Amino acid sequence: MGLLSDPVRRRALARLVLRLNAPLCVLSYVAGIAWFLALAFPPLTQRTYMSENAMGSTMVEEQFAGGDRARSLARDFAAHRRKSGALPVAWLERTMRSVGLEVYTQSFSRKLPFPDETHERYMVSGINVYGILRHLAASTESLVLTVPCGPDSTNSQAVGLMLALAAHFRGQIYWAKDIIFLVTEHDLLGTEAWLEAYHDVNITGMQSSPLQGRAGAIQAAVALELSSDVVTSLDVAVEGLNGQLPNLDLLNLFQTFCQKGGLLCTLQGKLQPQDWTSIDGPLQSVQTLLLMVLQQASGRPHGAHGLFLRYRVEALTLRGINSFRQYKYDLVAVGKALEGMFRKLNHLLERLHQSFFFYLLPALSRFVSIGLYMPAAGFLLLVLGLKALELWMQLHEAGVGPEEAGENPPHPLTQGVGLASLVAPLLVSQAMGLALYILPVLGQHVATQHFPVAEAEAVVLTLLAIYAAGLALPHNTHRVVSTQAPDRGWMALKLVALIYLALQLACITLTNFSLGFLLAASMVPAAAITKPSGPRALYAALLVLTSPAATLLGSLFLWRELQEAPLSLTEGWQLFLATLAQGVLEHHTYGALLFPLLALGLYPCWLLFWNVLFWK
Amino acid sequence: MAAPVRIFLLVLLLLGPGGWGRAEPPRDSLREELVITPLPSGDVAATFQFRTCWEWVSHYRLFPKALGQLISKYSLRELHLSLTQGFWRTRYWGTPFLQAPSGAELWAWFQDTVTDVDESWKELSNVLSGIFCASLNFIDSTNTVTPTASFKPLGLANGTDHSFLRYAVLPREVVCTENLTPWKKLLPCSSKAGLSVLLKADRLFHTSYHSQAVHIRPVCRNARCTSVSWELRQTLSVVFDAFVTGQGKKDWSLFRMFSRTLTEPCPLASESRVYVDVTSYGQDNETLEVYPPPLTTYQDVILGTRKTYAVYDLLDAAVVSNSRSLNIQLKWKRPPENGYIHYQPAQDRMQPHLLEMLIQLPASSITKVSIQFERALLKWTEYTPDPNHGFYVSPSVLSALVPSVVAAKPGDWEESPLFNSLFPVSDSSSYFVRLYTEPLLVSLPTPDFSMPYNVVCLTCTVVAVCYGSFYNLLTRTFQIEEPRKGGLVKRLANLIRRARGVPPL
Repeated sequence: MGLLSDPVRRRALARLVLRLNAPLCVLSYVAGIAWFLALAFPPLTQRTYMSENAMGSTMVEEQFAGGDRARSLARDFAAHRRKSGALPVAWLERTMRSVGLEVYTQSFSRKLPFPDETHERYMVSGINVYGILRHLAASTESLVLTVPCGPDSTNSQAVGLMLALAAHFRGQIYWAKDIIFLVTEHDLLGTEAWLEAYHDVNITGMQSSPLQGRAGAIQAAVALELSSDVVTSLDVAVEGLNGQLPNLDLLNLFQTFCQKGGLLCTLQGKLQPQDWTSIDGPLQSVQTLLLMVLQQASGRPHGAHGLFLRYRVEALTLRGINSFRQYKYDLVAVGKALEGMFRKLNHLLERLHQSFFFYLLPALSRFVSIGLYMPAAGFLLLVLGLKALELWMQLHEAGVGPEEAGENPPHPLTQGVGLASLVAPLLVSQAMGLALYILPVLGQHVATQHFPVAEAEAVVLTLLAIYAAGLALPHNTHRVVSTQAPDRGWMALKLVALIYLALQLACITLTNFSLGFLLAASMVPAAAITKPSGPRALYAALLVLTSPAATLLGSLFLWRELQEAPLSLTEGWQLFLATLAQGVLEHHTYGALLFPLLALGLYPCWLLFWNVLFWK
Repeated sequence: MAAPVRIFLLVLLLLGPGGWGRAEPPRDSLREELVITPLPSGDVAATFQFRTCWEWVSHYRLFPKALGQLISKYSLRELHLSLTQGFWRTRYWGTPFLQAPSGAELWAWFQDTVTDVDESWKELSNVLSGIFCASLNFIDSTNTVTPTASFKPLGLANGTDHSFLRYAVLPREVVCTENLTPWKKLLPCSSKAGLSVLLKADRLFHTSYHSQAVHIRPVCRNARCTSVSWELRQTLSVVFDAFVTGQGKKDWSLFRMFSRTLTEPCPLASESRVYVDVTSYGQDNETLEVYPPPLTTYQDVILGTRKTYAVYDLLDAAVVSNSRSLNIQLKWKRPPENGYIHYQPAQDRMQPHLLEMLIQLPASSITKVSIQFERALLKWTEYTPDPNHGFYVSPSVLSALVPSVVAAKPGDWEESPLFNSLFPVSDSSSYFVRLYTEPLLVSLPTPDFSMPYNVVCLTCTVVAVCYGSFYNLLTRTFQIEEPRKGGLVKRLANLIRRARGVPPL
């Protein structure tokens, strides 16, 4: 640190930063992107390995053979479901009781803030049914197998398999933890209601009856989704609410039984690349990695397991995929994999904690740990730091004179003027953010009275209108700002905006790397080069293209492209509108944080840059 | 004044030897009993009770010497120890005869002659730990409380000064064969004859619930209560899972449950009986059939409802001699608001919280008692070897006098079966119930123990190197200063250099 306290060297360093700023920034940005892409290649990806001793060496022998029973139960369930039009609660209770479980039900109801057009629901009420398999000890720990049921009977095969597994598990004596078999109605809403009641909290304003039966602290949970009684592959989903991930050991466990049972297992719908030596393998893993990053950045639960993670319950979702592939597996193979997983989870002495909680997955058996992917985001954020340093020095020299920089403290008067001129733009942009967060849901009824639109449309259109209205902001504020020292004004504003953006992105990156990296990759270049002189139209176009909403739109196109289902422009726009509505809804129903983060944090910050661009 | 006293003494002297001479010298007695109750859920509960009464205070015949010496050494008035694996599910199994929390529970009343109760309590728990091979030695002041309302003496008591009561629960204690073996050895017939033949460890631990207990208390020797004897009750309750042992059928037999049949009574026992609950509940048109058919039945009001029991007396030669063994089979055939709150707050690492509430519960209502707590980091040496397992909170206790639906007839206490006479009943219109909740597993914030050394080193280095420099940089202003014309040493050096003819520094 002598480097910084020595005034002579300090001046040399400052000159270096000022002179080489642009190349350094470009280099840093390129390094960040390149580092990220390199994450899919072998030196940075490592093979996964089981860290938890209790699940490692002991092999279990799976004896599940209830395939026929599962199929007939699934048929019965589907028939009853069709007949009653809702979850056949009485049938489920009867069946669970007949296989020897303690059965309880929970009713819940929730009025969504506005109608959910994707899932076609508004006033939701349903009943969750769950059965508890008790074991000898005093019900202090439990495992959960949950089947979320949507409005149609698509998941009836999973219910059948779950009940057949319950019957098989009930006859065994080796269980050291209670096992809860949970069937939820209205898929994730039911899961949320059940979880809140189980932990006796109320986060999202769900109304539900209290649970009569509990089974201690839940150690792990598996959600099951099967659409047919034969599967070609099993897809595993790990991304949870707000980008939370389960402990990597749970995924390792699943992978172990995939290999043992010879099942075809996929991640993000992509098979694991076989050949890592040629270029094809890593290229495929780049795609998988990008898909995972997009999925995690969205902050929405990628399956019913995503809601368990908030309560520190390690969980994942298994999806049976039935595609056109030749070789198919029946329910027995899936059941055996599940039995094996539960038996090994049953061995756990402590909750899963040994392995990684922060990781990226370029393939099912490869992972990138937090220490290796963080530099990618670090390089991107360094650009903001360098740019802020440059502005800070320029501000200093403008006030004191270049030959005496660093020798005298900066002039107090010029500092004061700079800060006072910042208050108005900061306040106005934050107010815009607040309006963007509150008004759409609050003003939906007013909007539906005056315009011929439905509530959901009203919310989305208000959202877009307020967002666009924010762009008119500079014309409103530049009269308020004093015109003294014109150049210093925008520099001070840009300095504050750069530091604000860097802080936000750094905090987001720490909790949800994917979101932080995606936002940094899109917002940093425009933020760095924006200034009120030069080709303003170009800057404006670049800024608009990298605004949070445009990033969301671009991510949607990229996501569908990677899934090999490309979107046309109109489809993309429709999907964008639906996604906006979903984002707002998920914030209100599950507590997803992406919407408030964008509305209250990044959008105001982005408006500051817009303000800088149109500074007069 | 002197004359009546002398007369009284005389009478005593006269009567004394005569009294001894008329009756047999009072001996220790043993009663054993097994109650088999089919539970509403289809499972089967079996409750063993062995009651040994100790009349001679310095002579051991049936009473185990280990426990007898314990009583005299620590001046015990009552001792209750239970070791339980599993949790009694009242909702499905109904009210239990004997209640116990999951894990180990120990509570004891000391005589009021004991001066240092805490010291005696500590020694007592250590000795019991050795006798029963359980980790009772982990009982210390941090998990011991002195309840003031919920626990009363179960035996004869002159006063209830709660300062002589200590209560502790170890919810994490695991019960296994090693605890059963010393418990069986306390029985006079060990596991050689009588009901204790059925106590096969491999069957008893393949159950949904297993609870064994030892209760020692003073009781009246006869109805007029002229003298006191020590009573030792050893109880053992198990619940057999119908799905695992009976392959889903509700039928059972002694052999299927215990893999043993009864062959001969314990020769030391004065009473040895098997009760089977044959009360028909009148639901589902189910009837039950017991084989062999019982010779007698017993009807009483148990826990507020009228029950019928088939009784098999092992001392009755006809029961056993028919087939040289007894294997009972059963087949099913199809056709508040005046409250008292006592709260003793915890002291960190010294004593736990104690909250006692006396509340009147309205009928068919749900009462929720919630306690707010803060999670805190422990000191790093206080974490268990498996900190991520979580930390246990002891089960809470609910004691209640429940009004009886049917009035019980006040029977002779000595004559009634053992399963009905552990808890003293003051009047016949209500019965006593004690329930325990499940223990709770709470996960506390846990540091990553895999790399404390790295973390400590790294943090200290970062703080030491960066903090000082940055603090300097932020708070000081730096100015370039021309070097002044030397200090004393430099001047001296220049003097010498001048003398040598070398240019000065």
